[in-house]
Amino acid sequence: MTCADFLKELTDYLDAAIDESTRAELEDHLAWCHNCYVICNTTKKTIEIYRDSQLYELPEELRSRLEVAILSKCAGKKKQSAP
Amino acid sequence: MAEKLHPETMAVIETKVRDAATDELTLVQAAKRGDVGAFEELVKRYDRNIFRIAQHITQNREDAEDVTQDAFLKAYENLEQFQGNSKFYTWLVRIAVNESLMKLRRRRTDRTVSLDEDIKTEEDTMPREVADWSPNPEQLYKQGELKDILRKTIQGLPASFRTVFVLRDVEGLSTEETAEALDLSIPAVKSRLLRARLQLRERLNKYFRKPKRAETAKSDVR
Repeated sequence: MTCADFLKELTDYLDAAIDESTRAELEDHLAWCHNCYVICNTTKKTIEIYRDSQLYELPEELRSRLEVAILSKCAGKKKQSAP
Repeated sequence: MAEKLHPETMAVIETKVRDAATDELTLVQAAKRGDVGAFEELVKRYDRNIFRIAQHITQNREDAEDVTQDAFLKAYENLEQFQGNSKFYTWLVRIAVNESLMKLRRRRTDRTVSLDEDIKTEEDTMPREVADWSPNPEQLYKQGELKDILRKTIQGLPASFRTVFVLRDVEGLSTEETAEALDLSIPAVKSRLLRARLQLRERLNKYFRKPKRAETAKSDVR
């Protein structure tokens, strides 16, 4: 397996979406290829950091304001469509 | 590295997912019959996610507020068209992504923002620099500083890559749900996801790589 082959499978490997034999081949490659090992680890870390970082949280005050706006518009639509 | 869950744990998760889907469908059916309270429950359940997705795509808070409102309103107006073949949430995400892309197009002068945007070069998947990171890179920076780095980094990705990454890796949609929400094929989702992940990794290198010593090697990827 070449590094290019490994990279093609990286997404499925990180998502545990591959069969056992492909997984074993990829892990064989990881055992001797330091570059792919580093790429794999740092890509996994990239995903974890973004997943845990909560970059764009909705503040409660804004959330309440949005909910009121959405529901009043929905209620307005309901009235419009009532016979 | 990729860990498999125990079958019993998987069974518990599958049951919970099935129950949540049934519960969601009950709320949708009630909302279809005109129960605004049921729709309110759906809004409360998903507004945070929709806002996050919208802000990630539009990169603008006011636009994200507008998209959140418009997406729920559009969903409400078109509930009859929701057939229940997919999850309501996936359907809602699809509406929100389309609204977000429209906002983005309006702000851009080139107006070429599209999910079909598929910048295909060998470089995308061939890492240029292989540097190991510090063991806990997120601890190298203060919380606010780290968030600024992450925002700045993801903003640099093309919208089509950013959207796939956000749905799949930040919001936790499955590959199939992401494909459905974006009207893309599964191979297209996987290809964009790989490139998004690798590009983010590459761009984060300069912030997270191990300090001192010559840990950095030029890529000799074969």
